[in-house]
Amino acid sequence: MPGLAPMRKGRHPGAMQDPQTQARLAVDIGGTFTDLALEQGGGRRTAKVLTTGAEPERGVLEGVAAILRGAGLTPADVGILVHGTTLATNAIIERKGARTALVTTQGFRDVLALGNESRYDQYDLNITLPDPLVPRHLRLPVPERLDNTGAVLLPLDDAAVQDLVPTLRRESVQSVAVGFLHSFVNPAHERRVRDILGHALPDLPVSLSSEVSPEMREWERFSTAAANAYVQPMIAGYLGRLQAGLREMGLRAPVFLMLSGGGLTTIETACRFPIRLVESGPAGGAIFAADIARQCGLHQVLSFDMGGTTAKVCLIDDGQPQSSRTFEVARVGRFKRGSGLPLRIPVIEMVEIGAGGGSIAHVDALGLIAVGPESAGADPGPACYGRGGDRPAVTDANLLLGRYDPERFAGGAMRLHPDAAEGAMRAAVGAKLGIEAEMAALGVVEMVDENMANAARVHAVESGKTYAGRTLIAFGGGGPVHACRVAEKVGINRVLVPSGAGVGSAIGFLRAPVGYEVVRSLYQRLGQFDAAAVNALLSDMAWEAEAVVALGSFGAPTRQTRIAYMRYVGQGHEIPVALPPGRLGETEVAGLRAAFDAEYARFYDRPVPGSDVEVMSYAVLVATVPGVAPATVAAEAVPGSVRTQQVRDTATGEVGSWTVHDRATLAPGHSVPGPAIIAEDETSTLVGPGWRAAVDGRGYLDLAREDA
Amino acid sequence: MSVLEQIQRQVMWNRLLAVVEEQAQTMIRTAFSTTVREAGDLSAGIFDLQGRMLAQAVTGTPGHVNSMMESVGHFLRKFPADTLQPGDHLITNDPWLGTGHLHDLTVVTPAFHGGRLVALFANTAHVIDVGGLGMGPEGRSVFEEGLYIPIVKCFQAGRPNETFFDFLRAGTRLPVELEGDVYSLCACNDAGVRRLVQMMDEFALDSINPLAAFILDSSRRATLAEIAKLPGGTYRAEIWSDGYEQPVRLAAAMTVGADAITVDFDGTSGLSGRGINVPAAYTRAYASFGIKCVVAPDIPNNSASLAPFRMVIPEGCILNAPRPSPVAVRHVVGQLLPDLMMGCLHGAAPDRVTAEGSSCLWNPPLRGGPIVSGQNSPLVDFEVITFNSGGTGARPGQDGLDGTAFPSGVRTMPVEATENVAPVVFWRKELRPGSGGAGRTRGGFGQVMEIGAKGDAEFACNAIFDRVAYPPRGRDGGGDGAPGVVRLKSGTILRTKGYQVIPAGDRLVLELPGGGGMGPPEQRAPARHAQDLRDGLITEEG
Repeated sequence: MPGLAPMRKGRHPGAMQDPQTQARLAVDIGGTFTDLALEQGGGRRTAKVLTTGAEPERGVLEGVAAILRGAGLTPADVGILVHGTTLATNAIIERKGARTALVTTQGFRDVLALGNESRYDQYDLNITLPDPLVPRHLRLPVPERLDNTGAVLLPLDDAAVQDLVPTLRRESVQSVAVGFLHSFVNPAHERRVRDILGHALPDLPVSLSSEVSPEMREWERFSTAAANAYVQPMIAGYLGRLQAGLREMGLRAPVFLMLSGGGLTTIETACRFPIRLVESGPAGGAIFAADIARQCGLHQVLSFDMGGTTAKVCLIDDGQPQSSRTFEVARVGRFKRGSGLPLRIPVIEMVEIGAGGGSIAHVDALGLIAVGPESAGADPGPACYGRGGDRPAVTDANLLLGRYDPERFAGGAMRLHPDAAEGAMRAAVGAKLGIEAEMAALGVVEMVDENMANAARVHAVESGKTYAGRTLIAFGGGGPVHACRVAEKVGINRVLVPSGAGVGSAIGFLRAPVGYEVVRSLYQRLGQFDAAAVNALLSDMAWEAEAVVALGSFGAPTRQTRIAYMRYVGQGHEIPVALPPGRLGETEVAGLRAAFDAEYARFYDRPVPGSDVEVMSYAVLVATVPGVAPATVAAEAVPGSVRTQQVRDTATGEVGSWTVHDRATLAPGHSVPGPAIIAEDETSTLVGPGWRAAVDGRGYLDLAREDA
Repeated sequence: MSVLEQIQRQVMWNRLLAVVEEQAQTMIRTAFSTTVREAGDLSAGIFDLQGRMLAQAVTGTPGHVNSMMESVGHFLRKFPADTLQPGDHLITNDPWLGTGHLHDLTVVTPAFHGGRLVALFANTAHVIDVGGLGMGPEGRSVFEEGLYIPIVKCFQAGRPNETFFDFLRAGTRLPVELEGDVYSLCACNDAGVRRLVQMMDEFALDSINPLAAFILDSSRRATLAEIAKLPGGTYRAEIWSDGYEQPVRLAAAMTVGADAITVDFDGTSGLSGRGINVPAAYTRAYASFGIKCVVAPDIPNNSASLAPFRMVIPEGCILNAPRPSPVAVRHVVGQLLPDLMMGCLHGAAPDRVTAEGSSCLWNPPLRGGPIVSGQNSPLVDFEVITFNSGGTGARPGQDGLDGTAFPSGVRTMPVEATENVAPVVFWRKELRPGSGGAGRTRGGFGQVMEIGAKGDAEFACNAIFDRVAYPPRGRDGGGDGAPGVVRLKSGTILRTKGYQVIPAGDRLVLELPGGGGMGPPEQRAPARHAQDLRDGLITEEG
């Protein structure tokens, strides 16, 4: 466990009122490990404990006790605890959620099953589509119908709702979702169902689509409501037990939950809308990178988090990770878009690629090197782990290129076996292409770098962004290893490798603002814009968001961000346009058109002449003001010597003598010309040929391309 | 060539596939037509200077598979490569030079690097309106079906061809959208050009010819290796469409040889008087797609991977319609071709094909207001279409997919969105119990849709439906899927094709076909049977 790093004193102006004496604690439950980060005054301590599957709160409580003990603190010293978890995601992936029913509009029983009526792979005749979370016999239609304006075409049949009660009892239903057509315009029928069921079955939790995800598109909305209902009993139970356990331990601090959208919320809100907890771990990673971007004054960033099985990239502009309102969970076709269950919730927009250190390489039917998405995982792991893996993974390829010292991998905790890596690489790739294992390894690394770069490039197009002038922030075990080459491929000339990258998500939790985002649909053309209706809606939304945030902000200043999602009439994809503060009057509405045209031209080169503009929906985000976090000051450099290693460069194929530096030996101001390797326990930073790494005042590695 | 160069060639191929994907995404992001941006009815690809396709984006439209590929050759014949300059964009919607009907625009753009022409980018997209009768089968010649754009330059050296845009705007009900779509198609190719130039800089290339040779050679060899796994011989099948005036027979004799799969369509019915005729390029596209799904699904589309699939299509049959035949809804017949191909391939690889499915999209083009009912209509004029599908055929190891498009890859739009753009109400849209053909694996279920106008006012449907008289057939002892039904809610049966009015107070009911089953039903796993029973999708009687 790394010791306390010295940190600058000072009050963190971010999420909380944070007296210096009080400790801030973050806990990130992942599939294998639970990561903890503890900050107090000027220091940080981190820890990893095993996740305890059936009772995850046990691992959390043990980890919390251990890290406090190690720091010489008591639970009473903790001022805030921030928590993120993959429990909701895993419950959906493993289908271990509640027995859930969906009450829905008669005639629309199969919205969850029909989806968008398409296949996610055009050429594979044997694809499997994900089963809906609610099977057909528990999708329960009742007579009712609203039109698109919310007017009642067919009143809700109260008696039909009442008649569902015996069915819900007989089928031992544990949680109910309600999804009616156009309920995001008029939620009255959905609320009435909750009232009727609540009367007969007071302990049965009910999730309304009009509350969980009040937006147009019935499949996405019903799917989100069903998923919320599906995980709700389990998450509520877990959070209740966790809170009780923490209290028992003597921890009195408020507990906040990390949301997929990058903000924090209270346990109460998390219990109502647990679906907003999915992807909180990766969101923490993006917040971590965004915080570093703000510290370093970087306005355009690509965060690059590469772990054992996947790599995730996220665009961060002006310190804000790109956000989205759509997400897919539990993809059945590995990483294939369209193969998961759609969720319409605020999320930090990330692209996840099946490319990690454990991704397995092979030669496909065309004689091409292909990497992933299949992964060797941690067990048996890459062939070089010597645990019986006999298929070559990306880590094997990196080892064969000379990028790792087999004796010092993971701080010397694990000895790598180059022979095993070479044997696996030769058999699976080299022999099939008639080339040596080392060149096969080069091909594997080039291909995985290319795959990540390609995904990042397409993501930029989809987001209407470019890479020129951007900085790449690399973390995770593999990020710093592959960062330079990926940057070269997408046209980025600067790479930053922060410290603390191994538990980036947990650190990110401590940087997240307390915030809540409300999204509502209100369709209007700018040509006939009803400002009064929009002002009423926006203030209603702001009130709702403020109320949630007030539970956890303790009077800290908040900031309101308002977005209109707009497009040319007839187009299908909206672009977000920021609204000016305050009430919208004639001037502001006129300004909206200009703002939209400017945004559009920025995204797609030319505005389209002569077309009216329509607004589809609005988002209001209320959050505590994120400040610049207490930046790390570089640790005192320890003495050490520079070694050399024979490394093969993937761009030229040539082997050269690269210098190898231990990161701990590099003091601020130190500069390392490429090619070089800067090694640390959790990862290695490759400084490619033509690059130079400088150690900044925070101890971060700042890599710049010298030939650019 | 050094080992490093060999590896770089692989990386560059991978890059070209990403370039065309980026090209396609740019169009999806900027297009105006719902057919492109919601449904994904588009195609994008890169070509060498001989007009050979090197890479194609994986999008939702088999109909463009090699029809777009063929069209680039037509463009180069009209505008030879040495006459092109940077900033040129060429366009056509000629059904016989493009992808089979006037609604598909194809744009070709030259890519220059270091002042030299190095490649061509092309794309195709299905736009909402090109004037004429609109999307439907009623035309008696292509001239009634809309605006006809020969191959012309829509941009010359970066400047818009204003004469072209004047004609374009004048010839459509949706001038702003159509013009916007043309801009989108050009922007899409520009995105491809930019990325190609970057790649050539990065790898210091002055020509893509060696890369092209590598791609085409590898693809040809891989495809031939897959063909060699099939037992040689000639395999026959036929399939029937409801047709317009009368049923249509599609016949095929497929010969699996050493270096090609050749399909002869001799025995296929003659032309229809209405717009269900299929130009040859579209026939080749859907037939190739059907074969490729079974024989070589993992090999990317390009000239060489598609070349071994050869079609012999008798002139004057409905699958080789000559100009000026009406062809607006050629998909309704063309989409049966993958089932026909799998009928043939069943003889060669019975465990790799599926049973027949609903196949043709069941897209109801709805129209109402004064344009249908005169000045007293309570509705405003509207025209709207949704993309809907019945069940797919049973697979060897799995049931067919319920209410899912195949062979088309389009996506449907939400009912809530449709009701927001037109005064219609969908009263029912759910699975159709009992419609999947029984079998060891059963066919996918179709769906039932009940559609009315707001206030149950009068409206019209320009029907383009099939598989009513000839339901999807099962294979190897599996049962047939349920045939489609087109009717009024009050009971009257409607025609499967053509313009029909739904009277005030009544509604349109569509019962979409289910897929055929595979294998004897008595071999079905009891647990799966029980689950279908529990879910109310079948009854004990079957």
